[in-house]
Amino acid sequence: MKNRFIQVILTVFIILFIWQFSYFIFQIKNPLIPSPFQIFLALKEVTLSGEIFPHILYSLERVLVGFFMASFIAISLGLFCGYSKKIGSLLEPLVEILRPIPPIAWIPLAILIFGLGDRSSYFIIFVGAFFPIFTNTFFGARSIPKVYINLAKTGNIGVYSYFKNILLKFSLPYIFTGLKIGIGMAWMSLIAAELIGAQSGLGYFIQINRLLLRTDKIIAGMIVIGFLGLLLNQFIKAIEKKCLFWRTENDRAD
Amino acid sequence: MIELINVSYSYKDSMRKQFEVLKNISFKVKNGELISIIGPSGCGKTTLANLIAGYLKNKKGKICENGRDIIAPGKDRFVINQENDLFDWMNVEENVSFFADNKKKVLEYIKLVGLENCKRKYPYELSGGMKKRVSIARALAANAEVLIMDEPFNSLDYSIKEKLYDDLAKIWKKTNKTIILISHDIEEAIYLSDRIIILNNRPASIKKIFNVPFSYPRNSGLKDSVRFMNIEKQIKEELIHL
Repeated sequence: MKNRFIQVILTVFIILFIWQFSYFIFQIKNPLIPSPFQIFLALKEVTLSGEIFPHILYSLERVLVGFFMASFIAISLGLFCGYSKKIGSLLEPLVEILRPIPPIAWIPLAILIFGLGDRSSYFIIFVGAFFPIFTNTFFGARSIPKVYINLAKTGNIGVYSYFKNILLKFSLPYIFTGLKIGIGMAWMSLIAAELIGAQSGLGYFIQINRLLLRTDKIIAGMIVIGFLGLLLNQFIKAIEKKCLFWRTENDRAD
Repeated sequence: MIELINVSYSYKDSMRKQFEVLKNISFKVKNGELISIIGPSGCGKTTLANLIAGYLKNKKGKICENGRDIIAPGKDRFVINQENDLFDWMNVEENVSFFADNKKKVLEYIKLVGLENCKRKYPYELSGGMKKRVSIARALAANAEVLIMDEPFNSLDYSIKEKLYDDLAKIWKKTNKTIILISHDIEEAIYLSDRIIILNNRPASIKKIFNVPFSYPRNSGLKDSVRFMNIEKQIKEELIHL
């Protein structure tokens, strides 16, 4: 783990060094192509002035609201569709038609229906996160071993107990896979939504700096986006590790 | 008492063709008896176990437990499977108590199967033999009258099997449960059972029922006796000439 961290840091450092070195060698004067050092200064500027923090908060709020809504509905629906073969086979084709539509394609419709603002962003994030979480949950619930179903029948435990103690717990590894993909999709959808239809947030921050030709700040904003995406993913991984303590190291995908 | 009267079962395959798996099977299992059902692979032993458990519908004939028709699964008939059927997210105590009628007796059953030091362990921390013991404790805690054991010792190595045979026999005698053991291991069947039912090839019907004349407790030395080997030989011959 520690070695891997050092490897990553080393790779990033080498890339930055080559970039900075080429900047000097080729005497790049184009202000639209910043050097790593200029990006570092821009990052320092937006952090120390506090300019970027409100945008981070707006973006985080949007992504968390949209992601939680998507998670709640997708997990509930996925478990239910996995439990009931009839409902599953009715809904699956509909989901398969909607799933390939990229979240960005929903933006014009969202702006027309919800207008410019948070509600459009929530909707786009919801659409982005919903499908990976739903399909993974559905797949997990559907692949529950026959022995567990038979045991539940034998024990006559009731639907609520079956959902809570067996189906949900069995599907958790699949749900977490969906959540990890979903949070990435939510974050990507958020930035796309903010680039087009918002008056705040990191997407908006990038868009404003495009108009001001501040590529250093644009890249600084992109770095913040990447870093926050990584943090959210790590946060879900930490919850996963806590919830799935009963899985052996061999069972884990990562 | 479990009683099967002219039980037949068929299913439709992927080509919607009707396949007969069991044909006119009739036998009785007395309360507190341990019987084994053996037969060639794929003859329908598991189907028979599933019918007795109540998992399968649309059978012909009748299966009764103490005079009542078996039409659905119930806690009175608990299946112990060949594969791991423990809930991986529950520890030993939680697994055993999940279906328990009397939660106070859970520890008693865990002790009975010899796992009192492992009650906080999760299935991934247990060996194959220990998992089987938990399954047995769970069935006992559910207050099942009949244990249907579908090749439960299949994936275990020889030494663990030997120990489990003796432990199962002790638990059986102590609790006086009815046990239906599905097996393909002739030695295991003779060593454990009161009677052995031999099934034909598919569609399976009863070829012969053997009474095992040995008293309990039995020990592994019995397997070297001439009488034991004679019964083993007879059963082998029956299976060869199916």
